[in-house]
Amino acid sequence: MYKYIARRILQFIPMLFLVSIIVYALAYFAPGDPLTGKMMDPNIPKDVYEERREALGLNDPIYMQYGRWLSSVSTGDLGMSMMYTGKSVADLIKARIMNTVYLSTFALFITIVISLPLGIYSARKPYSLLDYSTTTFAFLGLATPSFFAGLIAIYVFAFQLGWLPSQGTITTIGLTGFDLFIDKIKHLILPGFTLGLSSTAIYMRYMRTEMLDVMGSDFIRTARAKGLSNNSVLYKHTLRNALIPIITLLGFEFGTLLSGAVITEAIYVYPGIGTLFLTSILNRDYPIIMAINLILAVTILVGNLLADIFYAVADPRIRYD
Amino acid sequence: MKIDVTVNVEGTTLQPERSLSPSQLAMRRFLRNKLALVGLFLMVIFILIGIFAPFIATQDPTVSNLSQVYSKPSSEHYLGTDASGRDNFSRLVFGTRISLTVGFTAMIFTLVIGLVLGSLAGYYGGKVDAVIMRATDLMLTIPFLLLVLTIIAILQKVSIGIFVVIIAFTTWPNITRILRGTFLSLREKEFILGARSIGCSDFRIITKHFLPNAIGPIIVNATLTMATMIVIESALSFIGFGIPEPTPTWGNMIDEARQIRVLTKFPEAWIPPGAAILLTVLAINFIGDGLRDAFDPKGKR
Repeated sequence: MYKYIARRILQFIPMLFLVSIIVYALAYFAPGDPLTGKMMDPNIPKDVYEERREALGLNDPIYMQYGRWLSSVSTGDLGMSMMYTGKSVADLIKARIMNTVYLSTFALFITIVISLPLGIYSARKPYSLLDYSTTTFAFLGLATPSFFAGLIAIYVFAFQLGWLPSQGTITTIGLTGFDLFIDKIKHLILPGFTLGLSSTAIYMRYMRTEMLDVMGSDFIRTARAKGLSNNSVLYKHTLRNALIPIITLLGFEFGTLLSGAVITEAIYVYPGIGTLFLTSILNRDYPIIMAINLILAVTILVGNLLADIFYAVADPRIRYD
Repeated sequence: MKIDVTVNVEGTTLQPERSLSPSQLAMRRFLRNKLALVGLFLMVIFILIGIFAPFIATQDPTVSNLSQVYSKPSSEHYLGTDASGRDNFSRLVFGTRISLTVGFTAMIFTLVIGLVLGSLAGYYGGKVDAVIMRATDLMLTIPFLLLVLTIIAILQKVSIGIFVVIIAFTTWPNITRILRGTFLSLREKEFILGARSIGCSDFRIITKHFLPNAIGPIIVNATLTMATMIVIESALSFIGFGIPEPTPTWGNMIDEARQIRVLTKFPEAWIPPGAAILLTVLAINFIGDGLRDAFDPKGKR
């Protein structure tokens, strides 16, 4: 197992490099460089422009430019934004990333709290009324695009019923302590459910299938044969084994949620990195676009690594070599 | 434990006649699946609406009329008009045509990439497989939506054709993985060994022996991919980076609801296209699930 984990970590490093190369290549193909556009006056003579290019190293071979970029990125320097003049990309992202993390975590929490119990229940009583209801919900949840679900949620819960806020992260400035916390949670509910909708539907199905799968295996028959109570078989033997692949999949899910946040944040005008990304795309602010791509790709890589390690640790039956 | 009774029963009742081919059997199982038939029925309706859009629509969906912006539903405009005075009902009808065509062509593009790469990886294994699989890993690492948006930002100008190519170029890893798995399992079968031993070329083995035997998973995944494509198109159009206006697509219509006024006051403008997406995806998923059960009756899913 340790050998497997070590090998998995060793695989992680070249992937990290490849991702950085792809992100850099995307930036390289992006039209313009830091000197075209707003920063350069057409009246400035060409040789001044060339001098500046030379000074910035834009005429160096591409692998040298990549090396320089990589070394500055690894120290946390992600460059300067093009549209917010004078602001560094790192600061812009830092100001918003926590909002996106809250949103994704909340969506993940909703997914787990709703989908796992319902999945377990419908596996316990397959073809019951609740099983059919959850199946119907799962089909609908999978077929509803998140932006449509979000709009419906705003229309119903924010405007028709007036229960919850539909935009931003806080109502008024000046709230403190517990009130602030409650206010923030209120602002998270609609976006959180919107973002978590499809994964809730998926995991409900996964959990059910996984439980039924384990229930059909030999060791469950043995457990029943030796006279264990139904609950003991269900929760001690079946659930534990069924949860292993589910938790692993949830590790992958976090990355999906982070990128799904782009759409959800757009609906709720939620100030996270999703909205920052969309504004940057609209304004062709390539340094920000590349930085967010890189950050999310690395997050996903780390998430996958952790999920794989967890899987190896939690399930000793699996032999990797 | 489910035992596949249907095959046995059919086998005995149809003894005197010619027995059914596997795809005929799959067809029978499919037609016995009620949900799948409902899905098929819905899809046929949508396709008919798409084909006969010019006859159903009451107006040209791209013509704007600035004297009639945001009008409420009337006998002239069944679903009212949008910000440029275009008729929402006609846009919805023509949107069916665009959304289905985009979904279908994008699916075909992805499927072709997936089939080529998946069969190469599955057939040759070894180094070819390793390279292709690492490439899919890499593609899956960069979040799909961000990658599409980044490419759109780099290309700057997007037409329908380019849009289809972009989404196909970014969605191939999933289907490649699935098909590669199918091909890998076929690779060890005796009939492939047989084909190889009588001197069939690699190309012939892939096209004549691999593809027909993987037809089930290919059709199932192609169907489900089409649903994904329709959602992707509408999601990107919704955030304003999809198919450019004034081409009517369902996503472009829902995009209007990003203005609070439209969202709250004109639900008739954005709920129908949203419902259309939902129903299409639901129908395609029903068909896909039905096909999966039909091709693989023993699979427990």
